Parts: sequence; C-alpha cells; structure tokens
Amino acid sequence: MQSNVILRAENVGKIYRLGLVGTGTISHDLNRWWSKVRGKEDPYLKVVETNVRSTKGKSDYIWALNDISFEVDKGEVLGIIGKNGAGKSTLLKILSRVTLPTQGVIKTKGRIASLLEVGTGFHPEMTGRENVYLNGAILGMTRAEIKERIDEIIDFSGCERFIDTPVKRYSSGMKVRLAFAVAAHLEPDILVVDEVLAVGDAEFQKKAIGKMQDISQGEGRTVLFVSHDMNAIEKLTNRTIVLINGKVAYNGKTSEAINFYLKNFENRAPFINWTDINSAPGNDYVRLKSVYLKDEDGNLRNRFNITENLFLTIEYYDSNKKFNNTAIFHILNERKQTLFASNEFVAKDWIQKHKQSDLIFASTCKIPGNLLAEGSFSILVAVGNYNPEMIHLIEKDLLTFEIYDSTQGEGVRGPYIGKWPGLMRPMLDWTIEITDKKFTDE
Amino acid sequence: MKTTEENWLYTISSKKKLIDFNFKEIWRYRDLLVLFVKRDVITLYKQTILGPLWYFLQPLFTSLIFTLIFNNLADIPTGDGIPNFLFNLAGVTTWNYFKDCLIGTSDTFKKNENIFGKVYFPRVIMPMSVVVSNLLKYTIQLVLFVGFYLYFKILSDDGYNLMPQLRVFLFPVLVLLMAMLGLGFGMIITSMTTKYRDLKFLIQFGVQLLMYGSAVMYPMSYFKDKLPDYYWLIEWNPIAIIVEAFRTMVFDNTEINTAMLVYASIISCLIFLFGLVIFNRTEKSFIDTI
Repeated sequence: MQSNVILRAENVGKIYRLGLVGTGTISHDLNRWWSKVRGKEDPYLKVVETNVRSTKGKSDYIWALNDISFEVDKGEVLGIIGKNGAGKSTLLKILSRVTLPTQGVIKTKGRIASLLEVGTGFHPEMTGRENVYLNGAILGMTRAEIKERIDEIIDFSGCERFIDTPVKRYSSGMKVRLAFAVAAHLEPDILVVDEVLAVGDAEFQKKAIGKMQDISQGEGRTVLFVSHDMNAIEKLTNRTIVLINGKVAYNGKTSEAINFYLKNFENRAPFINWTDINSAPGNDYVRLKSVYLKDEDGNLRNRFNITENLFLTIEYYDSNKKFNNTAIFHILNERKQTLFASNEFVAKDWIQKHKQSDLIFASTCKIPGNLLAEGSFSILVAVGNYNPEMIHLIEKDLLTFEIYDSTQGEGVRGPYIGKWPGLMRPMLDWTIEITDKKFTDE
Repeated sequence: MKTTEENWLYTISSKKKLIDFNFKEIWRYRDLLVLFVKRDVITLYKQTILGPLWYFLQPLFTSLIFTLIFNNLADIPTGDGIPNFLFNLAGVTTWNYFKDCLIGTSDTFKKNENIFGKVYFPRVIMPMSVVVSNLLKYTIQLVLFVGFYLYFKILSDDGYNLMPQLRVFLFPVLVLLMAMLGLGFGMIITSMTTKYRDLKFLIQFGVQLLMYGSAVMYPMSYFKDKLPDYYWLIEWNPIAIIVEAFRTMVFDNTEINTAMLVYASIISCLIFLFGLVIFNRTEKSFIDTI
C-alpha cells in the first residue's frame, strides 16, 4: 500500500540547558564524556524535567520538546499552535535542520524550506535585486530558478521603483515585503511558515494571506503553518496540533483544536463560576453564580462561526422578594465600544418567574448568528432592578469570545472574500422589484 | 507502511556519524557559494573613494615598511640580486592569503549565528566562500607583484638577477595548500569557539606571532645561519615552507626541497580533513551552545 505520508515525526524530543553556559559546562562535558567512555547513560538526561516555565524546578535541564509524534500527508496544510515557550520554535528549528533533536527521528520524503522570520541574510549594502538572488539562494533556490521568477517576485513585493537601490535605504516595511516576496515564491515540497503574516501593513497582510491560500490550496503544497493568529489558522488549515509544555496536547480538526487551545489558555474559558456565595460578586440581595457561553448543541465554547447562534447564560442567586431583579449584559468589541446591551426584562414570563425568590435563576439569551462582525468581544454582566433603580452587581470583562469568518461563501458577505466594513454584521432582509420604468421617467 | 520505509529522502535524528558529508547537497548549493563570493566582493569597498585600489595599497605599504625596518634598519639580507622590496612583497602577499583565509573562516559560526539559526544550507558553503573571495583578492595582488617583478627585471638598471624557475608551474598547488591550511585551521577554531570562546582571544595575537615564525620577512637560510637551535620551529612550519616555496619559484635562491613540500602537503591535507570533520560535527547543533 502506497502511503501518502510526506513527513513523519517519531518521538522527537529536545533538551535544553537552563542558565548560563559557562560555569560548570566543562565539568558537565567531562562527566558526560566519562559516562560515554564507560558505556553508561548521559548522567544529565536522567534529571530532565518537563517544560514548565513558571515553576522553578530542581534540574538545569528541561525538555523543550517531549515525545512529539505526528504525520503530515502530501498536500496537507497543518497548523501548529501553542503558547510562547510551548516548543513551536524548537520544533521548527528541528524541522528546518537548524538543530538536531536529542531523541527521536523526523523522516521526510521532500525538501523542507522554512519561511521563518523573513529578511534573514539581507545585506544592507546590496541592492534589492542582488538581495533577492542572495536570499533566494540561501533559501535553497538555484540562480536559474530565481531568474525565472524575478519579475514576479519584484512585482509581488511592490518595491519595483527601489529595486536597484541598496536595501539599507529601504523602510522596514519594504524590507519585509521584499523578503516575503522571495520566500513566497519558493517551491519546496514542504513549506514551514512561522508568524510571517504578522508583518507589514493591512494591505500587504491581506496579500500575504491570499498568497498563502494559493500555495496551500491552489498549488497543493504541503505546508506547516505556525501562528498565534487563530483567524489565519482557521482560514488556512484543516488539521492543527496544539503544543502545551513541549508535548502534543491535541491533534485533530482545526476548529476543535482552537477550542481546545483557548480552553487551556488562561482566562479564555467559555465559562466563569463562583462556588463560595460570600466571595461571589454581588450584595445582600443578589450574588452572581456563573456565566457561560454555549452553542446550539449545548457545548461550552467561546469561538463561534459568524453564522452560528450563541447562548449566553447568567446564573445568579436572588434572595430578594421586594424587587424584581433583571440580568443585564453588554457586548463590547476590541476597542471597548459597547455594541449593544440586553436585559432579561424583555422575557415574556419575567414578572411571573420573579415572583419567587431565594432561588438560583439561570437566564439565557440567544444572540443570533449573522449579527456580530468577526473579531473578539468581551461581556459585561450586571444584575439590577427597576423601580427603585438599583444595580446589585456589575462585572466587566467577565468572558471573552471570538467570532470568526471562515469565508466559505456563507453568511452576510456571500462569496466576497475581501474586508467587510462595519462594527456589526447583521443579516438584513432585502426585496427586489423589477419595474418597467424608464430612466427619464419622473 | 513497511513498503515505504526506504523511500525517505532524508531523516533528521540525534545520531551523528563521524564523517557525514553530503557532497551532492553541497553541489546543489553551488549558486549560493557564487553569490556569497559576489556579496563579499561587491560590498567590501562600497562607499569608499579608493575602492578596489585598497587591494593594492595594503600589501604595498606593508612591504615598504618591512623593507624599511627589516632590511634597511635591521640589515636582514634577502639574497643576492633580489630587491628587498620585491622579496617582502612576495612574502606579504602570500602570507596575507593564508591569514585572510584563516581569520575569515575562524569566526564562521559566531558571525553567521543569525542566519544559521534560521535557515538550513550546507554550512561549509560559508567558509568556502571566504576562501574563494580571498582568492580573487590574492589574484589581484599577484598582478601587482608581477608588475613590480617586471619593473625590476626590465626597467631597473641595478642589475638584479631575476629569473622565474620552471617550478612556477607548481604555483596552483601552493595556493591549494594555503587554502586548505587556512580553511582547515579556521574551521577547527570556529568549531571549538562555539562553546568555549577562549580560542578567539588566542587567534588575535597568535596570527601576528605566527607571521614572525613563517619566514615572511627573512629567508629560511638566514634564520638557519643565525639561530640554528631554533631552526626546527621554521623548518617544521608548513606555512613557512609554503611562503619560502613561492619565493623559490620566482627568485631561486632558497633551499626548499621536495621532501619539505611533500611534508607541507601532507600536513595541509590532514589539517583540512580534520577541520572538515570537526566542522561537520559542530554545524548540526552549535546553535544550542553558541
């Protein structure tokens, strides 16, 4: 059976030494050499600890990567996400043969080229054109290949006017554009892309994402894509690996991997919950118990497709017979502008339900799909009552959630894939009439 | 799955083989070598007024000073019928090629840490490009030497006895030996300084001192007469043999025999191979320790 696997990592591990290389290095080296001579195991590898940044460990050695195994099929676009220090860069360094793993093997059937940090190897005294040749060659192209593509590269970079000027006169943005242009025109079997899309202005970023889409979808290239930008990962990849503390924590469908990642990322859980009534937000009348976000199927989530309905539930304890309390929430965008607010009060059975008290109320609001624009949002929650007007609690930034747009031709934008304006993106009704008026008619 | 096991293009693992050269790969990156050389050449004298004239000025002034100090002041004889200046020019040019190769390659890893840390290409391309671009410089400086040689032979009336020897056809071999020695030592030093930087300080004045032990400004025979007890230092120094051999080709006054040349060739090859092996072992993971 012919397998379609182009790259396979088997139990890859990498150990780094913490602290200064210098004092004690010679003694460690001599010790290690002595063990090797006697045919024993490296004495320093026994005490290696896992890669957890925040806690202080006993050992000077840590596993930056630990027992990483995965496969990539030919033509697949694989995303790799993880917090800073989770081992992404180390993995890329091993994949691009900059350093060796301490353990394990990576086998590949194709040439790997990396698009790491563009601009590496630019010489400031040489012209843009000369640098394109040099950079291309560093990245593994032959002179003939570059010559064939030089016009395309210059055109893509948008630096035509400056191409015969030394690079030291370029603005930093121009350097990045030129470097990305070279890298984007590489044709390796496997392309490794790391955070390159985070550079340049908005217009260029759009162009870069578009080019990445062409490479991965149009040209059928195998791509390993590393990013913090969940929207880019969502757009470009089908399968994603989540690295946590140097281990593969999740390997599967991108949308699920991103949910998994966000859940494990501090403060990004789709729920918040208090178990001690005395420390929960509120006062003698009302205490907040929990707030959570669910999807249509009742799963806790904080990433939603732009077309999906969201269900926000506010649970609170109400001891108060005198007033009829109402839960309130605000949805704020990234610039902390309140997009809209809503109030439990509008529920038809509000008065009737609130006749009771000394109970926990769980009030859920459906926020329909095709209402919010893509981006991240925060939720403010309050509980209060009218007549007399009183606020029992008000909590800012309780939860955050994200709306993404997979640009699959669904939702408000239809088949248009460019930037869509507006703070909101409601699906509105349109009617069309065909009339037999003439243009000149009154 | 088993059937495809053998089809892997390459594997990345922690195992290091003692000798593991991928010549096919180096060949595939030959364009990079050319481009690095081009980069070195065109950027060296950018934004200078004299430009490539600097290629001439360095050996010219060094030779003039040497003539003044060592010949006129210290009275070191350079042999019958050989102009002092030309003698020094021959020594300086040749020594400089070796020195430039050595110094240029001896900080390969440190200097290129940035680029080596990001992209893979056969690392050996880098020191090789240094050797090649220095060869261009050496060629240009040889033109200067030939110019003065012809001047002293034809135009000068001082009765110099200049006659190139048939051995001059061995000149490319000398260049190769120098390149191998410089590159070999350079690769050893850069590999050893990735973890412990001590050698870096040694090389600064070490090269300076080595020049005095390499028969650059005196003939080997003179040293033998004056300091016979220390002659072995010069006699066993392959650079001294090479520098002297170059003068033998153009002046015919010195005592280089075939045995010495064979000895220098063997040492050069050994140093070069040793350098390649240690460089090759270091390049795989130096980025973790540098």
